[in-house]
Amino acid sequence: MNSREKVLDKYSSKIYKNRKEHVIEIENGEPNIIAADTRAIPGILTNRGCCYAGCKGVVLGPLKDVVQIVHGPIGCSYYTWGTRRHKSKHDETTKNFSEYCFSTDMQETDIVFGGEKKLKKAIKEAVEIFNPACIMIASTCPVGLIGDDIHAVAAEAEELYGIKVVAFSCEGYKGVSQSGGHHIANNGLMKNIIGTGDADHVKYSINLLGEYNIGGDGWEIGRVLKRIGYNIVSVMTGDGSYAEMKNAHIADLNLVQCHRSINYIAEMLKTKYGTEWLKVNFIGLEGIKQSLRDVAAFFNDPDLTAKTEAVIADEEDEIKVTMSEFKTKLEGKTAAVYVGGSRTHHYINLLKSLGVEVVLGGYEFAHRDDYEGRQILPLKMDADSKNIESITVEKDPAKFRTFHTPERIQELKDAGLPIESYEGLWADISPDAMITDDFNHFETEEFIKLLKPDIFFSGIKDKYVVQRSGIPSRQLHSYDYSGPYAGFKGAVNFARDVTLAVNTPAWELVQAPWKTEPTLEGSIGGME
Amino acid sequence: MLDLTPKEVSERSALRINPLKTCQPVGAMYAALGVHNCMPHSHGSQGCCSFHRMFLTRHFKDPAIASSSSFTEGASVFGGGSNLKTAIKNIFDIYDPDIIAVHTTCLSETIGDDLVTYINDAKIPEGKFVVHTNTPSYVGSHITGFSNMITGLIKYLSENTGIKNGKLALFPGFVNPGDMREMKKIMTLMGVNFTMLPDTSGVMDAPMTGTYSMYPKGGTKIQEIIDLGNCEMSLGLGELTSSMPAEFLDTKCKVPYQTLPLPIGVELTDQYVMALNRFSKNEVPYALEEERGQLVDILLDSHQYTQNKKVAIFGDPDTVLGLAQFALELGMIPKYLATGTPGKFFEEKANALFEKFDAEGCIAKGNMDLFELHQWIKNDGVDLLIGGTHGKYVAKAEDIPLVRAGFPIVDRYVHSYLPIVGYKGGMRLAEMILNTLMDRQDRDCADEDMEMIM
Repeated sequence: MNSREKVLDKYSSKIYKNRKEHVIEIENGEPNIIAADTRAIPGILTNRGCCYAGCKGVVLGPLKDVVQIVHGPIGCSYYTWGTRRHKSKHDETTKNFSEYCFSTDMQETDIVFGGEKKLKKAIKEAVEIFNPACIMIASTCPVGLIGDDIHAVAAEAEELYGIKVVAFSCEGYKGVSQSGGHHIANNGLMKNIIGTGDADHVKYSINLLGEYNIGGDGWEIGRVLKRIGYNIVSVMTGDGSYAEMKNAHIADLNLVQCHRSINYIAEMLKTKYGTEWLKVNFIGLEGIKQSLRDVAAFFNDPDLTAKTEAVIADEEDEIKVTMSEFKTKLEGKTAAVYVGGSRTHHYINLLKSLGVEVVLGGYEFAHRDDYEGRQILPLKMDADSKNIESITVEKDPAKFRTFHTPERIQELKDAGLPIESYEGLWADISPDAMITDDFNHFETEEFIKLLKPDIFFSGIKDKYVVQRSGIPSRQLHSYDYSGPYAGFKGAVNFARDVTLAVNTPAWELVQAPWKTEPTLEGSIGGME
Repeated sequence: MLDLTPKEVSERSALRINPLKTCQPVGAMYAALGVHNCMPHSHGSQGCCSFHRMFLTRHFKDPAIASSSSFTEGASVFGGGSNLKTAIKNIFDIYDPDIIAVHTTCLSETIGDDLVTYINDAKIPEGKFVVHTNTPSYVGSHITGFSNMITGLIKYLSENTGIKNGKLALFPGFVNPGDMREMKKIMTLMGVNFTMLPDTSGVMDAPMTGTYSMYPKGGTKIQEIIDLGNCEMSLGLGELTSSMPAEFLDTKCKVPYQTLPLPIGVELTDQYVMALNRFSKNEVPYALEEERGQLVDILLDSHQYTQNKKVAIFGDPDTVLGLAQFALELGMIPKYLATGTPGKFFEEKANALFEKFDAEGCIAKGNMDLFELHQWIKNDGVDLLIGGTHGKYVAKAEDIPLVRAGFPIVDRYVHSYLPIVGYKGGMRLAEMILNTLMDRQDRDCADEDMEMIM
């Protein structure tokens, strides 16, 4: 019996039937179909969060100049207060609300009599105290149930105060995971904010989509892009702002880092404004180099291309020795990587460059296209996700602009440029890896025992479970309060942190001496 | 840092900014983790459960297990009965706890799920238990949820069989495992036979052994919870947190009760020891007397560094009240006391405390947030902040030192292992406060004023 069967075998027949589609082994030559984006099994200890977390916590949260009022009881707002490390900086023109947590703090009377009145009042108070350029309202579980019309409240407030007010119906029970929330956030930003600015087009302009500046990732990526000569119009949404996002439609090209959370906007920008998008990966040297070369190939400007190669050579040169030193300490190790919807794939090349192979991995809430590649689209929606609004946008005749002719785009695609395309996790994962979608506590524990990875990368809920099992554990959501991990310098930070985790002296102290050494009487004490 | 906080305090009745509380279920989850072999279960959509596990894990730097009913939109409209029944079956099949302790969220409370019926209909294996409590997030705070879960456990399990067990039932309040250990140590020293509920020591501060165990050695045993009904009396520490379960145990099993403030500082620990003394009729042992004397000695030795220093204390109501009393014993002025948990009781107790110590110009406010506290400080400053991690932004913005005590502390290590209660906890608090104030003096003084000996 292989490890997959050993683990699945412990389930009851009903769960077995469900989970066998989500737990698969990668094998060469097989189509490797996986079940994903389906509802979590009650009581199984899924690692997933909710729609609200995907919308407010992930996509909207980093927008620094926006007062984000969470309409609900206090918890939802409290738990997204400073907990995801999307860094942001003040500047002269942009207010930064990142250190604040805003909520309507709904009480029993608001549940009984409705919370619209309180929400209106909260907006008024926010306007009076902070005078923000934009307010966003995120709903939580009870809001949908009691029927508060947050969109009407937003429209009224927008009129009343002359500022942008956008509501997001991201109740926690919608969809099956954070993923529904990404989609809802994308729709709201596209409908209400993107394209409302009037900035002029600049040369070599790009948007960075699906990059949330965790631990400064976006800044490190931006540093290199700016060095080459690109103009970054907006970042969605790490250190991003309402002010910048309004003008996202003027860019020549969209770079998509996290496909899962932002591909909706990427697609809609293409339809509405004609902007092409390119899948990039700024994590790991191979990923970065390929991405920078792809972007250069898109612009096809000799100066940019030359500068790209010069910057790559220079940046690589700076970190080469350090990286190879870390490699000697990590070479031959195996890793498990369980993250949300994109990092599992993004870190493979970085780990590989350090001599580490991913033997076990998966996502919380990715869809089949993130595993298998976009060529399998469109996917059939199941009953649990059908209720996530899917919007269609029309070509904007005034602002539609294409950088290349359709023929040229086809040429670039034929030349291998990932325009509007993403190959998914299958493209890079090891042929022997074990994959579990919507991984749960049981499977995590069981696969650890069977596959014994040397390092485990996941989130805070797993971290100490894994560590107590004797396996070094690093968080790939929060980076364990370190970072950046993206970009050239990020690769060094990552390699350093992993090396430290593996070589912590305390690992040698786990076993008390009396558990293994003979006692004075000469017998083995305490062994179980 | 917090540059957008204006000095002028404006009337706010709808917008909550930077809260000093979180919602009920996380308190219930923490309480359930203090039961041996227990799986806390969140009956709602799974986001709550993940957030609460995260919150506890970040505070304790230890695993916090819990399962969820994983509501979908369908269940939210038509009820979560089948989700709960499926969850109960799966949890017992896969994770094999002895007991599942269910709490609710604003979702299942708003739709009015009838948990009693669901649990009655569920298949529960022989010798296993499923209990529940209702923890609507739109009422009270995480403290309320904590009290509710303890009460729920008593409601389902505790029995008065008519045969007294000679034990004291102790409700420790919303405190760290380190505090629970200290409370137990004092009971043991006093020769008191006790059951503590909940007891997260050995669970949320479990040791590294190289082997992960989903249900660590700690936690109150189910049999002990059942036997709570036969206790001689119960003692609830932290009057706001522990009154509800203590009263309920009296109502259900006729166990008389007393409530006391959290034993923080000299006098409140004295009250705890005296209560144990009355219960056990045992003399206070020299070991405790020695600790007490050491603490008082420390307060006298160091008084000049703490006396008349103004302090703002924020966090959970019982913790803030205990810390305020200790601050007063140190000769400090607890200028601002703030909690996010609603209820008039906090302000009443605080005002009584100000009166007792003749502390003038001090304000206490319940149902308050950190934004307003920051505004107060901007208008009239303090020398020290005592509270949880969120206060560090105010500390940085106003350049006021912060002593971390209470919940949540998510940016420091070790704190949850060590007590702030008891005489020993008083020594630790005194050391933290003194070190912080004296580090500040060293940092701020002119070179020529640097003191070698302090």
